Amino acid sequence: MSKKPMSVRKTSRRSKKIWVPEVFSQKTIRVIVNGKEYVRDVKPRLLLVDFLRDSLGLTGTHVGCDTSNCGACTVILNGRSVKSCSMFAIQADGKEILTIEGLAKGNQFHPLQQAFWDNHGLQCGFCTPGMIMQAYWFLKENPHPSEEQIRWGIAGNLCRCTGYSNIVKAIQVASEKIGVEQMQVEPRKQRMVRRS
Amino acid sequence: MAVSAIFGAKVNRREDPRLISGTGTYASDVALANMAYAAFLRSPHAHAKIKRIDAEKAKKLPGVVTVLTGKDIGSKLNPVPCAWPVTGADVKIPKYYPIAVDRVRYVGDPVAVVVATSPYEAADALDAIVVEYDPLPAVILQEEAMKKGAPLLYEEVPNNIALHWKIGGGNVSDAFSNAEVTIKERFVNQRLQPTAIETRGATAQYDPSTGMLTMWVTTQNPHVHRLLLTLMTGIPEQKLRIISKDVGGGFGSKIPCYGPEAVVALLAKETGVPIKWVEDRHENYVATIHGRDHVQYVELAGKKDGTITGLRVKVYSNLGAWLSTAAPGVPTILFGLILPGAYKIPNVECEVYGMVTNTTGIDAYRGAGRPEATYIIERLVDIFAHKIGMDPAEVRLKNFIPKDKFPYNTATGLAYDSGNYEGALFKALGMVSYDNLRRELQMLRSEGKLVGVGISSYVEVCGLGPSSVVRSTGFALGLWESAIVRVHPSGKVSVFTGGHPHGQGEETTFAQITASELGVLIDDVEVIHGDTDRIPFGMGTYGSRTTPVAGGSIVIACRRIKDKGKKIAAHLLEAREEDVQFDSGKFFVTGVPGVSKTLAEVAWASYGAGSNEIPSGMEPGLESTAFYDPPSFVFPFGTHVCQVEIDKESGQVKIKRYVAVDDCGKQVNPMIVEGQVHGGIAQGIAQALWEEAVYDEHGNLLTGTLSEYAVPTAVELPKYETTSTETPSPHHPLGLKGVGETGTIASTPAVVNAVCDALSPYGVENIDMPLRSDKIWRILKEKGISK
Repeated sequence: MSKKPMSVRKTSRRSKKIWVPEVFSQKTIRVIVNGKEYVRDVKPRLLLVDFLRDSLGLTGTHVGCDTSNCGACTVILNGRSVKSCSMFAIQADGKEILTIEGLAKGNQFHPLQQAFWDNHGLQCGFCTPGMIMQAYWFLKENPHPSEEQIRWGIAGNLCRCTGYSNIVKAIQVASEKIGVEQMQVEPRKQRMVRRS
Repeated sequence: MAVSAIFGAKVNRREDPRLISGTGTYASDVALANMAYAAFLRSPHAHAKIKRIDAEKAKKLPGVVTVLTGKDIGSKLNPVPCAWPVTGADVKIPKYYPIAVDRVRYVGDPVAVVVATSPYEAADALDAIVVEYDPLPAVILQEEAMKKGAPLLYEEVPNNIALHWKIGGGNVSDAFSNAEVTIKERFVNQRLQPTAIETRGATAQYDPSTGMLTMWVTTQNPHVHRLLLTLMTGIPEQKLRIISKDVGGGFGSKIPCYGPEAVVALLAKETGVPIKWVEDRHENYVATIHGRDHVQYVELAGKKDGTITGLRVKVYSNLGAWLSTAAPGVPTILFGLILPGAYKIPNVECEVYGMVTNTTGIDAYRGAGRPEATYIIERLVDIFAHKIGMDPAEVRLKNFIPKDKFPYNTATGLAYDSGNYEGALFKALGMVSYDNLRRELQMLRSEGKLVGVGISSYVEVCGLGPSSVVRSTGFALGLWESAIVRVHPSGKVSVFTGGHPHGQGEETTFAQITASELGVLIDDVEVIHGDTDRIPFGMGTYGSRTTPVAGGSIVIACRRIKDKGKKIAAHLLEAREEDVQFDSGKFFVTGVPGVSKTLAEVAWASYGAGSNEIPSGMEPGLESTAFYDPPSFVFPFGTHVCQVEIDKESGQVKIKRYVAVDDCGKQVNPMIVEGQVHGGIAQGIAQALWEEAVYDEHGNLLTGTLSEYAVPTAVELPKYETTSTETPSPHHPLGLKGVGETGTIASTPAVVNAVCDALSPYGVENIDMPLRSDKIWRILKEKGISK
């Protein structure tokens, strides 16, 4: 991958008097989003969430605040949940991202999506993608959480519609389903997770 | 699932698959070719004259298309309209322009708009605009605003009093002079920030070849929005199309039409490129309406036996810096009429002053007026009970309107449709084993624990509403709702509704109603809303109205279709029309169920329209448009019980148990009803315990981001135990009542009653919300409860 140096971009020779600050320069980044590779020129100040939404058209990731409190923009970056409004796109260079659009396998919803649907875990749906992505990461870390642990696990994500009860229930249901699936598909890995 | 069982079933929501897969379309998801981005420069002063705006530097920045000030816009846009000049009230609606011209009146008042090729460049340009202000003294609190010598916001609003209204029934002065017990309190129902997680936004595209302006907006009411935009922009309604697909929460804050939407429309027309504007959260907090903000002086008259004989209320309501779309109606009609709540109080008097101040405008926030009213009566009942030494549950029972007295006319002029208030109370008390709980709390108290239980029995007026009544209150439009039900030649069905669900799940409940009425599979019904070029003129979603009112219009349209279908089936079956019956999607001859035609066969015949298919003279097709104007309001009710424990060291209130019994009549989808109750309770608890919009004395909103404004997370909120009773509305075609706001109305006083109950052994009668730990901790110190 060719990496351009992060320096002041050279504009045309005729306008060499004009100093172009770094924020207007471009940088090429390569990211894998939902299993697909993208190479794009981005400005250094472009937020990751705007890159996902505006450059890649993945509008399932939402923006609900400007202080990283609401979590509507949560995505998975190299296996960890991050608030994509609080990162620059260039910080994701060379990394792998999973967004809500990449969670289902074909027509098969991920157990979390299915559990949110079955348990009325959403109303307006705006916080939902971030909430599901946070729960996705949380369940990887804590495959068998208590209700209390789930509540703390999604404490960085705000929902204004549901009062959280059905979200907590949905995550609980999904954790049981994922647990059963993993025991069936990957018994060895499951044991390792349990020990850890 | 059998078609007959679809009504009342817990059907999974059909809106969910797109929302859980990230493929919904919210206003900010709209992307158009060559789109440019608008951003508003907003005033940092609460009150100031604009001396000079210099945008020359901003205009030269890369990517900037244009910069417009209020002067540039001039007469191209009309003032932001207010749609509810309450009848019988003294209302003064000042002229408030989409972009300030020479004076700003609150922190966040727009002073200029930038259009640039990216939102980042637009933000740069905002920084480059120079505005010179001449600051003026500001007034923040409503009681200060009406004092002589207070800074005046508008010449046309003397003493800043924009609203004065009175209502009453019975003889209140007699009730008080004859009272054995009187109570006098001052309650503050604090200002709240609605906080839909999706901020507001709009994208506009102008097509010069047709003169059509299309706008994607986040709104609760597309047609009302269009009408208000027409009034502001002068673009005729037939040339304006409002599309609102998915809306990320509204809670009242997306009912009004705001200035920026009109500016975006104008910019799209003037620049010729599509314009997108999306608020950031801070902008949302300073410029999108707030809710509540009452200072209430309340008095109750009663007898020692627990009978309530009179209620006197005087309210100073903060309206903010402009009169938003429904602002005057919220602290008056939506507040005063429901003051007696669930009780037979013969003498009621209410006077309301509404003041303009140098703060963000106030309008409907979930419950809108009814939480403020319910809080008064439910707190007073508890204080009264404590004073006369009766149990609060007993006082409620003693004063409830008995279930055999419906319809019941209140002293404030409402006609409650149906109710069984003691039924809901008993059920809720049974769930917590109230008598045992009281004993248990007594024991815990003797161990030094700070524990309490609070009850709140509410009645909500909703299903807004009968147009004749709504119009007589001064509201600019009737509040009927519309539907088109179209049976296609194949027998599949499209339902076009004027309601605009945005989380309330009516894409599902309306499909259930239609499937049940027409006997078709729910998957064969499509529900369409949120596009003024597809749906009939509709009033939208707010005031717990959509399921009862828009649902009512769908029922009527379906029944008309069945009536026409019977005629066609009779023709096809060569039977008399009166011999044809309809059941489970089939028209059949009475007594001969084998001789039948399906809805699809009848639909096919209706579109074929041959002489052997439909009777001569009949219009072809099988669709119906219905406008349902409810004959009256609907009155859901219920009882909530909250049990709390206060931590002595920190003052933190912990909700140990929360029980809710709600009655919204028949339920189309109990899962969705429960979800609405959950969400309502959460917002009501949030008001009781944490949320409060705070201004400093200069008019800076100190809670201007989500870091300061205390929206609760999953950690703070409890589990809810919910159930229901079922008392159908006698005048609704399906017996439905609304449920969207009940949780918010009921829960706030339940929580405050519980906290005050916990502190009542220490002589604490009332604490104003929010009951945050710092406030409680200070009281614990003061009373010597904690060291």
